[in-house]
Formats: sequence, C-alpha cells, structure tokens
Amino acid sequence: MALNRSSTRDVSSALLGAGMFAPALVYMLLLVALPFALAFVYAFGDVKVGSTEYHFVGFENFASILESPSFRKALRNSFIFTIASQVLTLIGSVTLALLLDRQFRGRKWVRFLVLLPWVAPMSIGAIGWKWMLDSIYSVISWALIALHVFKPFDAPMWLGEPELAMLSVILVHSWRLLPFSTVIILAGLTAIPKDIPEAAAIDGASFWRVLFQITLPMLRPILNVAQLFGIIFTFTDMTVVYLLTQGGPFDSTQVLPSLAFSTGILGGDLAAGAAIALFIVPLLLIVAFAMLRAAHRAELT
Amino acid sequence: MSLRGRFAHAALLALIVILLAFPFGWMAITAFKRTSDLYNTENNPFLFNEPPTLDHVIYLFQETRYLRWVGNTLFVGVCVVTITLALGLPAAYALARLTGNWGRRLGIAIFLSYLVPPTLLFIPLSRVVSWLDLQDSLWSLVVVYPTFTLPFSIWLLTGFFKAIPKELEDAALVDGLTRFQAFVRVMIPMSISGIVSVVIFTFTLVTQEFIYALTFISSESQQMLSVGVPTFLVRGDVYFWGSLMAACLITSVPTALLYNQFLDRFIHGFTAGAVK
Repeated sequence: MALNRSSTRDVSSALLGAGMFAPALVYMLLLVALPFALAFVYAFGDVKVGSTEYHFVGFENFASILESPSFRKALRNSFIFTIASQVLTLIGSVTLALLLDRQFRGRKWVRFLVLLPWVAPMSIGAIGWKWMLDSIYSVISWALIALHVFKPFDAPMWLGEPELAMLSVILVHSWRLLPFSTVIILAGLTAIPKDIPEAAAIDGASFWRVLFQITLPMLRPILNVAQLFGIIFTFTDMTVVYLLTQGGPFDSTQVLPSLAFSTGILGGDLAAGAAIALFIVPLLLIVAFAMLRAAHRAELT
Repeated sequence: MSLRGRFAHAALLALIVILLAFPFGWMAITAFKRTSDLYNTENNPFLFNEPPTLDHVIYLFQETRYLRWVGNTLFVGVCVVTITLALGLPAAYALARLTGNWGRRLGIAIFLSYLVPPTLLFIPLSRVVSWLDLQDSLWSLVVVYPTFTLPFSIWLLTGFFKAIPKELEDAALVDGLTRFQAFVRVMIPMSISGIVSVVIFTFTLVTQEFIYALTFISSESQQMLSVGVPTFLVRGDVYFWGSLMAACLITSVPTALLYNQFLDRFIHGFTAGAVK
C-alpha cells in the first residue's frame, strides 16, 4: 500500500515536472531551435528582404561566399581577433586576479573601477573609445605627442590605417573582456587552499616557480571556463567592430558577425548573411564539446 | 610582504586600474567641458581651460530623445524580467526536484542553448519578427530577449532550489499542501535572493544587448539606450561629443553600481561545477 502510494506520487510529480518545464521548453524551441534551423534553410535558399519566395539552391550561397575576398578577409580576421584578444585577456586577467587576491585598503573601490568596462553596456564603452581614438581630438595622440613619441600633427590615424585599426579593435575588445575573465579567475583563486603555495614558498620555491608549477595548474579548470566563454564572446561579437570601424578600412577589421550583418540586414541578402553566420557553428560545437567535458570532469572529481 | 613588494603591488595595480577605468574618467571630463575648449587643439585636453559647463547634459535631456530611450529600456526590462521569471521559476524547480535523468539532459540542453549566439539567430529572427508584425516595435525585443536571459536564469535558479533542504518541502507536503502549493508557498519565498539576482542580471543584459536592438528597431523614438546613444546622437557626420559622453556616463554608472552589488552570484552561475 505504502509502496503503491509513493509510486503514484512519483508519476504525478513527473507529470507536474513536465508541465512546469514545458512552457520554457516550448519558448526555447520556438525562438532558439526554430530560428537555428531556419538559419540552415536560408543558407541553402535564395531568401531576400521583402520577398516571400524560397527556392532551394544547394551550396550556391556558400560557393559564392567562399569566392568573395571580403569573406576570406573576415574569416581570417575573426581568428586573428579572437586569438589575439584571448592571449591579451588571459595574461592581463591572471595578473590582475593575482594582484586582487589579497586584502588591502580600498579593495572594494578598486574592484568596482576594474569592473567598469564589463558592467557598462558594451556599445557605450566602444563609443567612449571612438572618442579617445578620434582622428583629430584623440587624447591618446595628444599624450603621445606631449611625450615626444610623435611629432605634432604627425600622430597616426588609429582607426584609419588597416594594422592600427585591427590593433585598436583587439585592444578595445580585450579591455572589455578582461574584467569578466578576472573575476572568474579570482573565484578560482579563492577556492585554492592557500597552504600549498605558501608551503612551497617557505621551502624556497621562487615566485615564478610557485606560479607556473602550482598556482596555474591548480587554476586550470577555471582558466578553461574563462577561456571558453571568452572565445564565444569574442568570435560572435560585432559591437566593437561595428561601432569603431564598420569593418573598414578596406575590410581590414571585418569579422564574420559584422560581415553577416552588413550582407544580411544592411544589404538585404538574408541567404548570404545566414550562410556567413553559419561559419561560426563549427567553432561553437568545439567549444560546447569542451565545456561539457570540463563540466563532466568537474563532476567526477 | 616587504615594503618593496608592497610598492610593486600598488604600482602595478594602479597601472591596470587606470588602463581599465580611464575611458570613464574621460567621459566625465568631456561631458562637462565647454565646446570651445573641447575642440581647441591648442589646449591641454586633461585640464578645464575654460570653466566647466552643464550645457551638454541639459542638451542631452532637452534636445535629444535620451529620456525616451531610458523609458524604452526600462519598459523592455520590466517585460523581459516578468517573462523570464514566469517561465524560468517553474522550469528551474522542475529541473531541481521533479525530473530524473531526462531532466538532467534537458538542463544541459538549456545550458547549451545559452551558447547559441545572437549572431547566428538575428537573421532568421528578423524574419520571425516580421511574421509577427513587430518590426520597429519594442515588443519584438520583449519577445526575443528571453532567449538569452532564460537559459542563464534557469541555470542560476536551479542551483538555488537544489540548495533548499528537501525536509522543508516534505514537511509542507505532510501538512497537506500539494507539490505545486509547496513550490509557491515554500520554495519561492526561500529563494528570494536568487530571484533578485535574476531580476538584476536580466535588467543588465537587456541594457547591454546590441545586435537585436540594432536589427529590429529602426525609428529614433523606439530605440534602446545601447543603440540610441551610439547611433542617434550623431547628426550626419557631426558627433556631439559632449552630450554623447554625458549620455555614456549617465548610462553606465548606475548599471555598473547595480551589477557590482550582485556580481558574486553572477560569477557563481558561470563557474558552477568548475569551482567547488
């Protein structure tokens, strides 16, 4: 009898569970899974803004994209942009997290200031940089001229020359990502038992040895998390590029998301835009796989 | 720590803090500077060569749609929070307590959907928005934004529900409440702090979103802050840098203060699993 009752309760709670989960699931299916599928449908068709016709065209869109020099540049730039930002962010955030991982006066204020780039809206931060990198009124150029790095009126156009524009976009994106990565690593640092690195230091191990042989290896799982999120945030973002350079000069800062936007939305060629955006899927799959593996490993240990 | 070590620590920290916070300081300087001072290249840009002014701030509030954009952002924020909680709370409870193995798999699926970026969805969603006849309407954002607030909120709330002792709920069941009543009367009040975090994060994510707002909204009066400020405060090729920077400053500081209060919980959401 008792057994029977508990099993009917199990069945009813399973039903209740399904009922409570269903609304969220239906929403996600309609507005994430369905558009995700539509992205593929569009990429293999000839969808344009303002027309309701659809013809399957196979790999035609992909073929014409692969031949376009803008696309090749964007693909290459996306990788440069992502890898360079990740390297900068990793070095910067490990340094900053180590600096913040101790008590000192004013730590709360320092943390607030350090976090500003991440917590302020990205587009707002980007426009702040646009002003600082202005071709005439750049404060950075002014300071460099005052320090005699450049002659007056001879400072570079930060956003007007291909290499410098790319460098600017990378730096601004790293600036934005650094606080996020820092707080994640800081969370990992606080979780490390302090006595192990301390004991090693007492035994005479140098700062660098403790860092590379003890602290960083112990931080690895958390560094992976920070990196994986960082890669996604960078590879799929177009805010900085769109606001600072619009992909220019001459596509030198064009990345896949910004090219997808200008082709699909501004140019009205939804099919080509969808096809360009799909090129980020393989990387997403790799990252998702790595995340699941990391989560699985964390559960086992 | 030795004196030298302490000095090196402070110096390096100060350098990084300046690098990170400088653009916001620069916004503040620009926002209160007279136009004639701002655009005189002879002047030292770090100094107020002429007395500070409130002109840019007044211009921003009186001559631009800035306040309208603040209102739009708050409106979308409130709607998205409501939808996120209405869908997210029951789903998180189901994941935490009611579903077995397949529930775990659904949980992973929800988490993975967080990895599907707007970049991949904005083109098909622009079609969905036009099917729904919501082009250039704030409602398009209300419909679409939960796609990124919901997965994270479910993830966060599930953790909160799991942390509540089962015994409390069992006691409510023994007292004659149904499971659903126990959820409403015991579990929800017990996880108020989780709900507050979800509200804050949803709000900040809504304030920060850029691509969807840029794609779906075109008219000036319907803009969100994140798109209106960087695109509509520019007239032709002329940048009104003073009022533009005033808008940047006034928008980012409150967002930052709010977010900062709840940061630790937010980070916990990201690192769950990797940190014990």
